[in-house]
Amino acid sequence: MKPIRPVGIVGYGGYVPAYRIKASEIGRMWGNDGCALPIIEKAVAGPDEDMTTIAYEAARYALQRAGIDPHEIGAVFIGSESKPYAVKPSGTIVAEALGIGSQLLAADYEFACKAGTEAFQTCIGLVSSGMAKYAMAIGADTAQGKPADELEYTAASGGAAFVFGLKSDETVAYVEGSCSYTTDTADFWRRAGQPYPAHFGRFTGKPAYFRHVITAARMLMEELGLGPEDFDWAVFHQPNAKFPIKAAKMLGIPTEKLEPGLLVRYIGNTYSGSSPLGLAATLDVARPGDRILMVSYGSGAGSDAFSFIVQDAIEEKRPLAPPIRAFIARKKYVDYASYARFRGKLLR
Amino acid sequence: MSVPKFWREIPHKYRLVGSRCRSCGAIYHPRRPICPRCGSRDMEDVKLSHRGRLLAFTVIRRAPSDMADLRPYVVGLIELEDGVKVLSQVVDCDPAELKPGLELEATLRRIRVHGPAGVIEYGYKFRPVIKWEAEAGEGQ
Repeated sequence: MKPIRPVGIVGYGGYVPAYRIKASEIGRMWGNDGCALPIIEKAVAGPDEDMTTIAYEAARYALQRAGIDPHEIGAVFIGSESKPYAVKPSGTIVAEALGIGSQLLAADYEFACKAGTEAFQTCIGLVSSGMAKYAMAIGADTAQGKPADELEYTAASGGAAFVFGLKSDETVAYVEGSCSYTTDTADFWRRAGQPYPAHFGRFTGKPAYFRHVITAARMLMEELGLGPEDFDWAVFHQPNAKFPIKAAKMLGIPTEKLEPGLLVRYIGNTYSGSSPLGLAATLDVARPGDRILMVSYGSGAGSDAFSFIVQDAIEEKRPLAPPIRAFIARKKYVDYASYARFRGKLLR
Repeated sequence: MSVPKFWREIPHKYRLVGSRCRSCGAIYHPRRPICPRCGSRDMEDVKLSHRGRLLAFTVIRRAPSDMADLRPYVVGLIELEDGVKVLSQVVDCDPAELKPGLELEATLRRIRVHGPAGVIEYGYKFRPVIKWEAEAGEGQ
């Protein structure tokens, strides 16, 4: 899919909460000491944080870099699977808090971990068609992991926001093309009213994550006439550290090209925030002319693949807001008891 | 707090909107219809700076019931860059790290949650300014 008129990222921003719990602390709690753990530590939202406040944080930094009048934003879409309200959009709160005007389209998207990049696609379409001058896409989550479940080691909190506008000297990167691959594959789900998701163990790998990520990436490359060697950087959805590295190998992309955006070891799987945060961290180091491959994955299942070309404005806009590494460095460790309290895991 | 009251307070709770007296120039937060200094009713909305310095703080250990889940929490008196003083929770820090003069910035957080089925009140809180080392070629 190529937009009719070229679209780019006017501003981007990310946010990771200050609190961390070590995977080893979760292992200690559940008698899993000494076992191989999927990550080092994960980000934990504070007791007064939720997906909406995380989305706000990311969006404020995206606006800071965009340097536009917030009233010119015609749409705010938030992708998440941890919406504070089952019925009431979070985008209205974020828009109001940022001073974005009321002549606005706002909606919350859900597609497991790829709801954020669904929002990318919608924003790109709205801007390219001329229905909105600027549109904001946010991927954010305070992911739920059932106590003692293997997901608890990785389910984390964080998010990233992107303001899209027509490609110009003001855009930090433009969309070269995108491609989505979607099938009915129930590898992970959460039924209505359930506090924690369920998953089908190893089924989340080959027929789910790898099939969708690899297919979407290959479809995109074929459409654009590109090969893996044409990409300077790559970002994949990061449910753990192993999957994105294996996906890169399957596509023939060296692991070094993943490094700037491979955040899962230090912040965990931020679900809808995962690949958007990886993209933000990659933009933090990319140079004008670099080509970035980004492939999200959402259980249920689908992948959105994008190719971005970094532009000159990155150099000027990058320093206008904190880089993702600043949030990774800002950390306060909590034990399992505090984590359980912060995330409402205790029944009263 | 009723939903209509919370809704009316959105500008000052979400965006730190205050009032400036067109007559004497005094700025207030929250908004005021009449200037306490000169008595003028000619007031205009003004968006206040989201940055300031901590003047003083206290640690709340015995909290009201609807804030009990956050205790212990810090309440600080903050002087914004505009010179306006606001009272606010200060988050993402240990009280031991706090001292007068510390640079703070406003963020949006949950203020109160009205039970499992009620409305969630959001509003400003402050936290230490996020700083970072610029890498080669970066400014800050």
